[in-house]
Formats: sequence, structure tokens, C-alpha cells
Amino acid sequence: MSADTLIIEQVNRVFQTPAGKVTALKGIDLRVRKGEFITLIGPSGCGKSTLLKIVAGLDTSYEGSVLLNDKPISGPSIEKGFIFQEPRLFPWLTVEKNIAGNLSLKHKDVRKKVEEYIALVRLEGFEKAYPRELSGGMAQRVAIARALLRNPDVLLLDEPFGALDAFTRSHMQEVLLDIWQNNRTTMLFVTHDLDEAVFLGERVVIMNPRPGHIRSIQPIDLPFPRKRTSSSFQELRTKVLREFEKVEEPEFDTGAGI
Amino acid sequence: MKNQQTAIRRTAEQGWLSFIPWSLHAWLVPVAIAALWQMAGGLGWISQALLPTPLMIAKQFVHLGVSGELWGHFEVSILRAFSGFILGSLTGLALGMSTGLGSMAERTLDPSIQMLRTVPLLSLIPLFILWFGIGEFSKILMISLGAFFPVYVNTFLGIRSVDAKLYEVSRIFQYSKLQLLTRLILPSALPNILLGIRLSLGVSWLVLVVAEMMGTSAGIGYMIQDARAYSQTDIVFVGIIIFAMIGKLSDSSVRLLETRLLSWRETYKG
Ligand SMILES: Nc1ncnc2c1ncn2[C@@H]1O[C@H](COP(=O)(O)OP(=O)(O)OP(=O)(O)O)[C@@H](O)[C@H]1O
Ligand SMILES: [Mg+2]
Repeated sequence: MSADTLIIEQVNRVFQTPAGKVTALKGIDLRVRKGEFITLIGPSGCGKSTLLKIVAGLDTSYEGSVLLNDKPISGPSIEKGFIFQEPRLFPWLTVEKNIAGNLSLKHKDVRKKVEEYIALVRLEGFEKAYPRELSGGMAQRVAIARALLRNPDVLLLDEPFGALDAFTRSHMQEVLLDIWQNNRTTMLFVTHDLDEAVFLGERVVIMNPRPGHIRSIQPIDLPFPRKRTSSSFQELRTKVLREFEKVEEPEFDTGAGI
Repeated sequence: MKNQQTAIRRTAEQGWLSFIPWSLHAWLVPVAIAALWQMAGGLGWISQALLPTPLMIAKQFVHLGVSGELWGHFEVSILRAFSGFILGSLTGLALGMSTGLGSMAERTLDPSIQMLRTVPLLSLIPLFILWFGIGEFSKILMISLGAFFPVYVNTFLGIRSVDAKLYEVSRIFQYSKLQLLTRLILPSALPNILLGIRLSLGVSWLVLVVAEMMGTSAGIGYMIQDARAYSQTDIVFVGIIIFAMIGKLSDSSVRLLETRLLSWRETYKG
């Protein structure tokens, strides 16, 4: 058995659309250690969600190989958690029932855990509320609690904090780091926020669009807890930003050499 | 000057209306019409043989009720409509669910059902009488056929409009086949299913009346038909009022069920 829990090799994903073929991913190679925190960053449409769905087992129409604990991914499973880009709550269920999902709230330990996670995402008092009564950020926190409750080995997060205000967002980042450190969950975290990527990730994967591929991988060798104001943090942030700028203007970059 | 006058009149009007409780406002127009109708009948403006006055209809209502005749017809009609409705809507639910859930069933069953649906139901009545006679069985079968299609079509539609994004969530959390059905598909399809049931109730009533006018010896429809033969217009009115009341009652009970079960919905309320 290798030390890497997730091995992605030469993965391509081509969508057939009425307008023709769209290559969403091309030649993706990524190896993730068990318990590693990976952040993925890249411009809109570069295939981040597509990659996450392949790892989740929701999308199996890809070329290449994806191994989780040495086994090819054949479909969704309970050890792979997913937080979608949108909350995706069941509109006919209250907050607590949404979090419990197919687990029964009549079980004492399920109820206790649901209450615990409601407190963690700071939604006390909204247990009996329906999704239509929640703000976008509150709904997303319910979705986060729902995924965390199941304590998966691998957690796939697709811009989970995009709809949150700055205060709630930094609180949720702390919560996520806590859970990661306590449970050694392997994290694959998509974001479009550079600060967030550097603050959370042990490695930042920078992606490029058309076709979606990995531009570079930047290790962030800073101990946790990290301080955004420290000079080493700022240095690494600038480094990633430079990589990111190359992504945004590839033509400009090659032109500069002449 | 003129504007001022209309303004005064308007407040006067509202002042007059405010003496009557809100809940009774819907009754103002019917009561006014009934009063006018009664007056016109009483003064001999309209023939009472064609249009009996509200008082005469009410008297006949009480008379039929006390003699027990009304209840006999009522029972027969209710039993017919209800058994036809239950038979038809349950079949519609079962078949709608199987074609909705399985593409196999959809390919093989749905085209035939859709073809049958385009046949006007009432044109089948002579065939039903030829095959099954004019007995109870024939009537209930006719009603259930009418009740079948609205539930079938709407159940199918409801199942096919389940949000694919929520389906992905249920896959991530590894819902079992049964959980998928009871916790995602049925709740999503419920608004459509209830709509189908409401439409189906309406059709059941319609077919009931037609079936009862074709030839029977009991039922509200028969009572109407019989009274027409003897020009007892007031009894015809009693029958019509009963149909209207039951129709409204059954529709309201499904609506109540809707507001109870679908309170989670966020919709435009006018
Ligand atoms: N189901 C689909 N059918 C056709 N094309 C698709 C489909 N899903 C994604 N794509 C295409 O694949 C590319 C990558 O999409 P993806 O959703 O992975 O982007 P993303 O990096 O998550 O973007 P964003 O940051 O905006 O969420 C896009 O060009 C998109 O048009
Ligand atoms: Mg995306």
C-alpha cells in the first residue's frame, strides 16, 4: 500500500454538448497523502467542480485512473463527503432533519450529534426552520453541518464558504481546521479566494482553463495555526499570486520573453 | 367638487361595509341575488314552473330530507363516485409511479396510455353499456377510468421533475432504494400528485352525473332526471345544489391537505 490515499493519473474529461466537445479536464495528475489538506484554486470554468465530482464518484465518464486507497472509484460512498457549491437542502425538511438526512433523529446519539453540529455552525434556534426561512449563508452552513456530521475519511468541498460573510467565513475556517486536525480527514478544498487557499492548504493546486489542467502545485510550509499577518504568510501568498497571475494572462507571460 | 362627492360616497360605502364581518363578504353577492330572485318570483315576473323561488327550493330540500328520499339517493351517489375515484386514482398512482420510476415501463406502457387518454371519455359510454350493461359495475368502471388519467399524468410528471441536484445529494449520502423513494421522490412529487387527485375528484363527479342520467333507479343524477320528466323544477335545483356542495367540499378537503402537507413550499401567494 502506498502512502497516498488518493491517486489521480492522467485524467481527462470531455463533455459532449450540442455545440461540440468541451474538454473540461486534460491530463490531471495529483497524489494526495492521507490526512493532507489540499486547496484547489483557478479561474471559473477550469474544471474544479468537475474534478471533485469525479473523485466523489458522481461522474464516472472520465478517462484515466482515480484510485482511493488503492481501489478504483466505482461510485459514491459514505467515506467520501461532499459539500456542494450550492446548499442543496431538501426544501420539505427542517434544518435538523436536513442535517440528519437518512439517519433517524429518534436515535439518541444522532440527535446529540445533530445538536452538536448545529452549535458548531452557529445555528442554534433554527433547528425547526425550513430552508425557505434561511439566508443563503445560513443554508450553506446547514449543508456544511450535514457533511461534517457523517465524519468522512475524504471531504470534498466545492467553494463551501463562498456565500458567507467575512466573520462567519473565518469562524468556519477555524472549525474546519479543528475537525481536520482531530479526525485527520483528507481535504480537497476548492476556493477562488487566494487568502483562503494559502491559509488552509498544505499544498495549493493552481489550475488553468481551456482545457482545464494543473498549472503548478505550491507547498505552503507554515505550521498551524497560521497568522495571516505574518511576513512568511504574506511571502507565500505573493508567490501563489504570481503563479495565479501567470494563469490569468498566459499570452502576456510568453510574450514577455521576447 | 365632483371628486369630493365621490370621495365622500366611497368612505360612506366602506363605512357601510365595515358593519359586516370580513368572513361574510363573499356571501354578499349570492344573498343579494337570492333576495332579488325571491322577489321576482313572488311578484310573478318569472314563471315558477321554470324557475322556482329560493324559498320553494329550500322547502323541497327540507321535504326530501325529512322523507329520507334524499339520503337514499345521496348514499348511492357518494358510494359510486367514491369507489370509482379510489379505484381509478390508486391505479393511476401505481401506474404513474412505475412509468415514472422505470424507463422500461415508460417505453412499454406510457405510449398506450397516452393514446387511450386522447379518446374522449364520454364517447366510450355506449360501449360500456353494451359490454357491462347499466349496472353498478359499469358505472364504477366508467368513473374510475375518468379518475385514472389526471392522477396518472401528474404522478409521472411529479416523479420526472425531481431535482437532479438533490438526487446527487442522496447518492452522496448513500440513500437506499427505499429511502430514495420515500425521502426524495415522493416528497418532490407530492405537489403534482395532490393536483392530480384534485382534478381526478372533479372528473369523478362529472362522470357520475352522466352515468346516473344514462339509466338507473337511484342516485342524485337519477333524481334530477326523474324530476325533469315530471317538470318538478325545484327538485332539479335541489339535486344541482347537492352536487355543487359535495364538489366544493371534496375540493376544499384536498386543498386543506395541500396546505397542510406542502407548507414548506415558497410560492407566490397573490
Ligand atoms: N454537465 C456538463 N455538460 C457540459 N459541459 C459541462 C458540464 N459540466 C461542466 N461543463 C464544462 O466544463 C468546464 C468546467 O466546469 P466546472 O463546473 O468544473 O468549472 P469550475 O472550475 O467549477 O468553475 P466555477 O469556479 O465557476 O465553479 C466548463 O467549461 C463547463 O462548461
Ligand atoms: Mg464549480
